[in-house]
Amino acid sequence: MSTDTSLATRSREENWQPVLELAVEEVFEIMLGHRVKPASRAEHTPSSQCTAMVGLAGALCGILTFCCDRTTARELAKCMLGPEIADADDQVSDALGEICNMIAGNFKNKLAGADGRCMLSVPTVIRGEEYTFYSLADGDHLETVMLFENSPVTVSLQLHS
Amino acid sequence: MDKIRTLIVDDSSVMRKIVERSLRQAGLELGKVVEAGNGAEALAALSKDPVDLILCDINMPVMDGLEFVRTLPTVENAKGVPVVMITTEGSETHVVQALSAGARGYIRKPFTPEQVREHVLPVVGKKS
Repeated sequence: MSTDTSLATRSREENWQPVLELAVEEVFEIMLGHRVKPASRAEHTPSSQCTAMVGLAGALCGILTFCCDRTTARELAKCMLGPEIADADDQVSDALGEICNMIAGNFKNKLAGADGRCMLSVPTVIRGEEYTFYSLADGDHLETVMLFENSPVTVSLQLHS
Repeated sequence: MDKIRTLIVDDSSVMRKIVERSLRQAGLELGKVVEAGNGAEALAALSKDPVDLILCDINMPVMDGLEFVRTLPTVENAKGVPVVMITTEGSETHVVQALSAGARGYIRKPFTPEQVREHVLPVVGKKS
């Protein structure tokens, strides 16, 4: 798969951290009705009990992951669906996958030059934290921890160089 | 106007519910709401249930939203039915592709109820 060098190079030369944070904040505010702000990873231990992943391919290659604990995952689903239908595991996983998908889409839509040349995979969701994440993406790694109702959620973007 | 029979096509059941809720919040009086997880399922659903409005994602397995929209003119129950895309694919390229394929509107995720109102009401003959 060929990678557009201009975007891959820009990922190293430009600071995309604020872009990622804004993409996360907008998804939470618009789709979940909650404001979130970046928090210190040192003060809030992130959990990876629930992990959603969306791949990026084309002009920008890599993977975006969204991690939180089970309780937070259920609360996020309730925000999206309402309390009566958000308890089922498949609904919670579906909600997490959609949040991850919207963050990835919102992020790439904010990057000038990614226009139509970066595609997203359908989301994958892992439940349980007894796994090792290994990515062949060898470029920049962006990460932001946000507080959602005092619980940390972690959004990471691992890019191919 | 009679209640609007609606087909919502998205591989996420969560997003289908959110889209339906947003349509109601936008002031649409919905009749029967049919859901499909991809374009192929949507075509099968259309053969059974005629609808007045279609909301469709782009990135879906089996048959994506653009292919589905391009196929619609050959479907008896879908002729003249307006399609509005609701998708994370927000690039101008995708918008042009969708509108060229026959979509009447385009909403980027994440979306507000106001955006749904603005893009959907005109295509069903209501003022936004």
